[in-house]
Amino acid sequence: MLRGFDRLFALLAASLSVQSVLAEEQAVERWGVNMPKGVTEVAQTTYELHMLIFWICVAIGALVFGVMFYSMWRHRKSKGYKAAQFHESTAVELVWTIIPTVILILMAIPATKTLYEIYDTDKADLDIMITGYQWKWKYDYIGSDVTFFSNLSTPRSQINNEQPKSPNYLLEVDEPLVVPIKKKIRFLITANDVIHAWWVPDLAVKKDAIPGFINESWTRIEEPGIYRGQCAELCGKDHGFMPIVVKAVPQEEYNAWLDGRVASAVKMRELTGKTFTFDELFAQGEKVYNSMCAACHQPNGKGVPGVFPAIAGSKIATGPLNTHLDIVIDGSQVNPAMQAFGEQLSEVDIAAVITYQRNAFGNEMGDTVQPVDILNFKNKQ
Amino acid sequence: MAHGPQTGLKRWLYTTNHKDIGTLYLWFSFAMFFLGGCMALIIRAELFEPGLQIVQPEFFNQMTTMHGLIMVFGAVMPAFVGLANWMVPMMIGAPDMALPRMNNWSFWILPFGFAMLASTLFMEGGAPNFGWTFYAPLSTEYAPPSVTFFIFSIHILGASSIMGAINIIATILNMRAPGMTLMKMPLFVWTWLITAYLLIAVMPVLAGVVTMMLMDIHFGTSFFSAAGGGDPVLFQHVFWFFGHPEVYIMILPAFGIISAIIPTFTRKPLFGYSSMVYATAAIAFLSMIVWAHHMFTVGMPIAGELFFMYATMLISVPTGVKIFNWVSTMFRGSMTFETPMLFAIAFIILFAIGGFSGLMLAIAPADFQYHDTYFVVAHFHYVLVPGAIFSITAGVYYWLPKWTGNMYNETMGKVHFWLAFIGLNLTFFPMHFVGLAGMPRRIPDYALQFADFNQMASMGAFLFGAAQVVFLFNVVRTVMGGKKATDKVWDNPEGLEWTVPSPAPYHTFSTPPVIR
Repeated sequence: MLRGFDRLFALLAASLSVQSVLAEEQAVERWGVNMPKGVTEVAQTTYELHMLIFWICVAIGALVFGVMFYSMWRHRKSKGYKAAQFHESTAVELVWTIIPTVILILMAIPATKTLYEIYDTDKADLDIMITGYQWKWKYDYIGSDVTFFSNLSTPRSQINNEQPKSPNYLLEVDEPLVVPIKKKIRFLITANDVIHAWWVPDLAVKKDAIPGFINESWTRIEEPGIYRGQCAELCGKDHGFMPIVVKAVPQEEYNAWLDGRVASAVKMRELTGKTFTFDELFAQGEKVYNSMCAACHQPNGKGVPGVFPAIAGSKIATGPLNTHLDIVIDGSQVNPAMQAFGEQLSEVDIAAVITYQRNAFGNEMGDTVQPVDILNFKNKQ
Repeated sequence: MAHGPQTGLKRWLYTTNHKDIGTLYLWFSFAMFFLGGCMALIIRAELFEPGLQIVQPEFFNQMTTMHGLIMVFGAVMPAFVGLANWMVPMMIGAPDMALPRMNNWSFWILPFGFAMLASTLFMEGGAPNFGWTFYAPLSTEYAPPSVTFFIFSIHILGASSIMGAINIIATILNMRAPGMTLMKMPLFVWTWLITAYLLIAVMPVLAGVVTMMLMDIHFGTSFFSAAGGGDPVLFQHVFWFFGHPEVYIMILPAFGIISAIIPTFTRKPLFGYSSMVYATAAIAFLSMIVWAHHMFTVGMPIAGELFFMYATMLISVPTGVKIFNWVSTMFRGSMTFETPMLFAIAFIILFAIGGFSGLMLAIAPADFQYHDTYFVVAHFHYVLVPGAIFSITAGVYYWLPKWTGNMYNETMGKVHFWLAFIGLNLTFFPMHFVGLAGMPRRIPDYALQFADFNQMASMGAFLFGAAQVVFLFNVVRTVMGGKKATDKVWDNPEGLEWTVPSPAPYHTFSTPPVIR
């Protein structure tokens, strides 16, 4: 909780140096004051709509506040101004009911048009299923074998201020969503546990990911580039650490990437039969642990008391192997926060992470779990 | 005939006097305002720069949740109820509230409700951490065990609000002085009458939704779990059917306060009294049919989006009428700028800005971009801080001499105003920018491009907090003593409350005044 207010004062003192940490050329972006214009037609229409409403509001504001400041300046008692006593005028009140209504109708027309455009998800060239998990995104390319998770790649040491922050701090992932440009891409959006929202400002796509329901949205990106966003619905403690990165590339590059992805999926399946050494498993397990488990059980395996149990010295990680396999593969019946990782991770990764958990943080079980063991366990069920 | 209050603790514990209960409500609200404010300062201290410095994300989420709940249910609503208790009987020429013993109850269950809510901070797993909107299933399947205490606490707060509302309606409809027709009532009384109906309409809905949560958590139902045949979006519909009128509950009485203050300091009658009444009623009605504009991104059918968009846009018409009427009242008046007037003018300007961003949010396609960003945080703080807090502050300064018989310190009042005004704008204006630039709300840490505006906002928040300490000091000093106030206090105030001595006697109007 509170780590002492002396840190706050140290921070206040350090605040001036924050400015110099950031490169000069980022200055313009750093002071971003408006919605991005975006890289899709919908985003640009939305931007224009936003600016239109904004300027109408500014104009009305200038008028109303103008009259107000004028009377505050002119009609002061200290200047000897005598108050008039009028207090009713049906005509005037009708005028300022009717004029705003007309303005609203004028606003509603372009808004309705844009809304129809956003809702038109028909005739997509490519369908991608997006699933929100606490706290990562899963992408399924429908019609191919390609499916993967996308995790925050900013190291914990940067978040805890032990290391300088990278330029894309908190907006970088290990596996970006790769899509082709100039293609209509339909997103099917859902969630596995709680409600999340998938949002990329440059694409003007924001849609809630709701467990048990599938929402639709679409985009057609005109320019190649990397577009960043974040989860936009409070989804628990790591809500702020759930970035989205979309990499839009030309069609050929996309095809090549997809082929590579399919090939590595095949290779991964072959690896299931291989026998690994303890060290290989332990090293891979540490990687998997840090991307999949550390958000709850903490990087040091100590958990969060009362919320997320510890791995260090836990009954499960130092007890019978089958109980451990069961909870990792099928999740917990008691605590829904513990997801079923059987479908999320490959056999190799599950074997590795279980080996790691049983031998790290002072747990010294000496177990070596092979991918085959995982496969056998799954098949028995 | 003239008997005074009991002495000591008993006076406050057993009191059925509307003035004592009003005072209790106001002090309770003030205490909660400081508690919720300290939580806001923890949030702003953490957001002073990127990275995790002061608190961990779990505790950050608890702070955002508790800050919201305490400010809504602990600070703003009880303050308005306190003002109603003090002023409504005096404004309509009644000797007291219609149901004085229930009045005592509706106050005294509040501290217990909040003690229960605050106690969750010390429970294993921590306090509620799912935001003040507590969307299921985060608040049901994935919530800390303390959620059960949170649910009971909400039930208690709701019961208190409903009792308070019944009392106000009964008082206004039955106890007006002879000759005071409905269309002669002060606007503060009118706005509270309408607010009380809103409360009775929607507080049971909140009680219903938390009961459904309780059933899901402990009794095996699945209202909000798709796996059991329920619907997580159902929660949002029920919640916002309460939640949207709720935000109007927190603003309508403010309209009444401002409509009392502006004419006093412009020395000119309020412009368009009857259209003010109709506009208030129209806003209350519209507030009940626009709830789903909080849910534009849940995936509603387009017909639903369009209906809620149009209905929401329509609210700006009656709200505009109110603003135009206040400005017309000021136009060709003879203005002076005492502290209540300064707060009232700031209310009009800043509330209008909050209204503009509200209109922008109503435009569904643009809302897809604004939704759940700091733009929304900026919007509702511009509506609630100047709207509710500034109007309450203005009301306190305006009526304090009548309550205590002493004048507050004008210089200190002006210092309070300017510090609060600058602090508020410094805190919340930059939030529009970071929101538009892409910063989601409710995140404990953020990307580097949002750093500068967040730093500004945090400094503004501490300034705003410091301003309130000046306020506290000024109020305590005035209660203790000071320059004696006249009966009329201000130059040309309107209303029955100014016909009685300052301080107002413990029992007013034992013979009803006659209104011509």
